[in-house]
Amino acid sequence: MSVGSQSRRAPLLLSAYAFLVYAFLYFPIIVLVVYSFNGSGVGGFPPARWTLDWYRQLFGDGALWEAVRNSVVVAAVAVAIALGLGLPAALALDRTDFPGKALFRRLVLLPLILPGIITGLSLLMLFVAVGMNLNLVTITLGHGTALISVATTEIFAGLQKLERAQEEASLDLGANHWQTFWRVTLPNLRVSLVAAGLLIFTLSLDEIAVSFFLIGRDNTLPLEIWSRLRRGITPEINAISTLILVFSIGMILLWYRLRTRLQRADESAAPLEPASIEGETA
Amino acid sequence: MYSRAYKASVTIPPLLWVTVFLLVPYAILFCYSFWSVSSAQVIVHNWNLQNYAQLVRNPIYLQVLFRSMRIAGSVTVLALLLGYPLAYYLSFHAAKRKDLLYQLVIIPLWASYLVRGYAWKTILGSDGVLNGFLQYLHITHRPVEFFLYSPFAVIITLTHIYTPFTLLPIYASLEHIPRNLVEASHDLGSSPWSTFRRVILPLSLPGVLAGGTFAFVLTLGDFLAPLLVGGPSGIMISNVVVSLFGAAYNWPLGAAISFGMMLLVVTLLFITERLEKRLAIS
Repeated sequence: MSVGSQSRRAPLLLSAYAFLVYAFLYFPIIVLVVYSFNGSGVGGFPPARWTLDWYRQLFGDGALWEAVRNSVVVAAVAVAIALGLGLPAALALDRTDFPGKALFRRLVLLPLILPGIITGLSLLMLFVAVGMNLNLVTITLGHGTALISVATTEIFAGLQKLERAQEEASLDLGANHWQTFWRVTLPNLRVSLVAAGLLIFTLSLDEIAVSFFLIGRDNTLPLEIWSRLRRGITPEINAISTLILVFSIGMILLWYRLRTRLQRADESAAPLEPASIEGETA
Repeated sequence: MYSRAYKASVTIPPLLWVTVFLLVPYAILFCYSFWSVSSAQVIVHNWNLQNYAQLVRNPIYLQVLFRSMRIAGSVTVLALLLGYPLAYYLSFHAAKRKDLLYQLVIIPLWASYLVRGYAWKTILGSDGVLNGFLQYLHITHRPVEFFLYSPFAVIITLTHIYTPFTLLPIYASLEHIPRNLVEASHDLGSSPWSTFRRVILPLSLPGVLAGGTFAFVLTLGDFLAPLLVGGPSGIMISNVVVSLFGAAYNWPLGAAISFGMMLLVVTLLFITERLEKRLAIS
């Protein structure tokens, strides 16, 4: 009873502190957006002269849109790679036993926690060793490989929620494993797959640490922005950042909706926590 | 239950991919660390321990490593100080707004790294928003230079980026605490503070450990924030690696540092995983 009344009335100090943490998390984002409409430059206070000039400049910027196109292609292929391998990897972790399974799980999940520089550099050395030229293909392979970890955790979480009885019924009724997979397992995993795909797409669009080492002549969007930052900053970068932000937020909210729809039975939504896989299969 | 063909087709493709694109690259990285660069700027494959000897002998590398660990430690402590109370608030006091407030944490988690790093650059710069604000209020009369291009700037930027990462596992572990334990403690006459200290805090330690590890490891390997806002005094160990792979052209030495970093990270993960398990059991 006492808990019930307390959870409705948070201590004032705690609420104030929580508010301050949110303020810290959102303050830079708000500043960035506000100054993308600022006629008098990136800094200074107060912002003066509201304008859409930076957005206008942005839409006429060919190099930037070229980079956006590159990023979208890279992200789309990376989603295909990550889902194509993350799905079997999640099935393998959920349903089979094989020698070296623990090592396999660790290896797949390693890019999730290992700093991007190590994944990026190791792949760079591989591509150099086999004489591959650095270009969008190498970046795509890098993103795909690093993001298999995300696909695996997301799909694994979906598999854990799956009603096994349906699959067993299908097998009992004479379907083989393949038919069961195509007609029962896969349709049931649809929401998980879409959610994982959205997340991977967003992460790939934003990825910079791995791409940094695998870049050839064509830039992805974050690398294009990065190279411009070295030449000095203009509110045009605020404008493109604002658009990226709006897009990411849209995708993240969509992903979150899908994921909560999956997890309604289970209260704890803990996205991308490698520990959850470790704990459940160890 | 599953046929051999089914097992093979879910295990072999991801296993092969991960071997080719993760295991082999890590192995190549390891090999490079024993090679050297000749005076004609060619990488020669004469196996020796010179690179590792140089890391230990030349104090510069250890200095930068210690600075990186100090920065990573500060970010970890700050992220925990910001993340824990917010996670606690979300889990125990957010009531009806829980879902919305949780989404508000997820958004900055996945919102572009580069965008958030750039935002801090525009805030902390000498003609940035913060300096403009201070001068507007006549608190300072000329731009304060040390906000940007300092370890302080790296710490604040990375704290902003990794606080949501730290919060999630803490939140997950708080959500897993059986509410009747908390109620029992209240009913037996404990004050809210002693309930927190003796019931909630101990049970949430695995999450604190997981979250802290995330923040520490990801900060330790970061090279983008130092390039963006760190300046010469904010250089971290990964920046040394980046320059060795770039202008300084000494891949073998860079590989040795990377491998050392990888070893450090994997050891750290191993230890915290053990600790988490022990905490979870007791």
